[in-house]
Amino acid sequence: MFKGFADWVKSLKNEGVEHIASEERRAFLKLGLVITGVYAGGKLLSVVSRVREVYADIPEYVDKYPYKPHYSMVLRTDRCIDCQLCMEACRKTNHVPPYGWRTRILEQHLPSGEGQWTRRFMPILCNHCNEPPCVRACPTRATYKDPETGIVKVNVKKCIGCKTCMAACPYDMRYFNEEKRAIDKCDFCWESRLSKGKFPTACAKACPAGVRIFGDLADPNSRVYQLVHDPYRAIWVLRPSMGARPNVFYTIN
Amino acid sequence: MVATQGAVKNSKIVGLFVVSLILLVIGLGAGIRSFVVGHMEAYGVTREIPWGVLISTYVFWVVTSTGLCLTSSIGHVFGYKPMEPVASRSIFLAICTILAGFFAIGMELENPWRLPIWNSLSPNLRSNIWWMGTLYGAYLFFMLIEFGLIRLHRHKQAALAGLLGVIAGVAAHSNLGAVFGLLHAHEFWYGPYMPIYFIASAMMSGAAAIIFFTWFAYRFSGREMDESTVKALQVTGKVYALLTAVVIFFTVWKIIASLAGKPHGKWETIMAFLKGPFAFNFWVFEVFLGLVLPFLVVVGVRARDINAMALVSGLALLAIFVMRYDLVIGGQIVPHYAGMHIYGLPEYYHYTPSLSEWLVVLGSLGLFGALFLWGEMAFDGHKPIH
Repeated sequence: MFKGFADWVKSLKNEGVEHIASEERRAFLKLGLVITGVYAGGKLLSVVSRVREVYADIPEYVDKYPYKPHYSMVLRTDRCIDCQLCMEACRKTNHVPPYGWRTRILEQHLPSGEGQWTRRFMPILCNHCNEPPCVRACPTRATYKDPETGIVKVNVKKCIGCKTCMAACPYDMRYFNEEKRAIDKCDFCWESRLSKGKFPTACAKACPAGVRIFGDLADPNSRVYQLVHDPYRAIWVLRPSMGARPNVFYTIN
Repeated sequence: MVATQGAVKNSKIVGLFVVSLILLVIGLGAGIRSFVVGHMEAYGVTREIPWGVLISTYVFWVVTSTGLCLTSSIGHVFGYKPMEPVASRSIFLAICTILAGFFAIGMELENPWRLPIWNSLSPNLRSNIWWMGTLYGAYLFFMLIEFGLIRLHRHKQAALAGLLGVIAGVAAHSNLGAVFGLLHAHEFWYGPYMPIYFIASAMMSGAAAIIFFTWFAYRFSGREMDESTVKALQVTGKVYALLTAVVIFFTVWKIIASLAGKPHGKWETIMAFLKGPFAFNFWVFEVFLGLVLPFLVVVGVRARDINAMALVSGLALLAIFVMRYDLVIGGQIVPHYAGMHIYGLPEYYHYTPSLSEWLVVLGSLGLFGALFLWGEMAFDGHKPIH
């Protein structure tokens, strides 16, 4: 039956567009515009209606940046494919022993329907919090927030190894490094790269999917600033109820 | 080796003293070996559960020490005469227990030699663990002075040193509570509950320790307890019953507060206690042996039968050790990223103490035992001073 239909269509004579009346053309274009308009309008409406919900996601401390540069990272988490090149680069660059890690990738199974889930990868690293619980807990100020960059660093020689900072960190970002005889953690590659004028962090540089955007949150021209200050974009931090005020933000494209 | 004079020295005491020394040497050996091979190799603690049985043992000893100081201060600091006969031994036990605690944490810290240097050169005044360590240092100092003055019969000055010890002890111990209580990361601990609870449970532990070790000292040296000591223990028994009731009250509200509205973190932990991996520890040790049994027995014998009270106090001390273990480990078992749909995340983090950790725990017991028994021999059974 369909074969016959196809043959019939092929057998029709091509009338060409030059013979279509202008009224018909206009009607057709109008119809197209209406469809597009409805579609675009709906899209706009849906964006407008999302604004409020998205605005509410921006942490309340955003827009107050005490450090210059205020180092920060935005993770476009839905772009992550778990290739682990960031972990590998971090390990090599910062001499992280096999028993420890400074960054890793968690696998989320987000419920997307009855008995169904969607996989999403979530890279994690030190959040370099504005109110770091680890810094408050350390008895000897071995771990401290750098007054210039806001990076949470460790002064190895002062570490007594009480592990209070490990217990204090809501994000599981610290481990005891046997070789250093001190707590080790992500320092945004300060020692290995930033202090030597190299930019960005090893993990951000290694990521082939552009998940990790690193930069100065106090600089309006930086990518991180623009991403975090985009009111049409959902931005969140991990475990906000801890009150630690992380400088690592998450978003999806 | 030991200044032994007077009646309190027999083969049993000397034998137990030697056993204690052997335990101490074994624990010390295990601890030193752990520094050499690395704590990661020797101890069972992990990145997720960084505080293990050595921290809970430390807490156990210092809770008991503070309690000994506080409970006995009713007599020798605040002048309630009937409790004075147990003062000397209580103060001495407070010193023994705090030293046993320092032993446990000394073996637990990765770099204990850096502590005295950087604690003074680079203090963090916002850190509870800094205050706790520093104040316990002051506390030990005052307790040593107080004990010396008691032995020298200078009771007025001793009471003053004792008062300073009480103040330092309360401040230090509530700061230990705050070491846990002011960590937002662990909801089960977080809040003002811990510092307050620590003081109440310290006094309970102290009362149990006074009753048990005073009884033990007389029993082991085969001496008859004089009437004033019996009276002092009966008063301590009443204090013990009261404080057990207070801690029962605290425990009941902790459970209710952790259940009501299923608060994240708290709820998961309390379920581990009520019917999860900590249920046996919780119901058998904490609730039955630690609280209900001693309360019922001490009230049942109307705080008169020293033998019965000593028995339940001894069991309660064991239960309090488990209580501290549950408090320290239990507070860390809920995974950091719980509730975020993370694949492969366990329901609870798992920790098992290693052999080395247990040996260090025994070593701290050995140190305590050796000091306690040496004290019995050296100070003639802490003969009541009139």
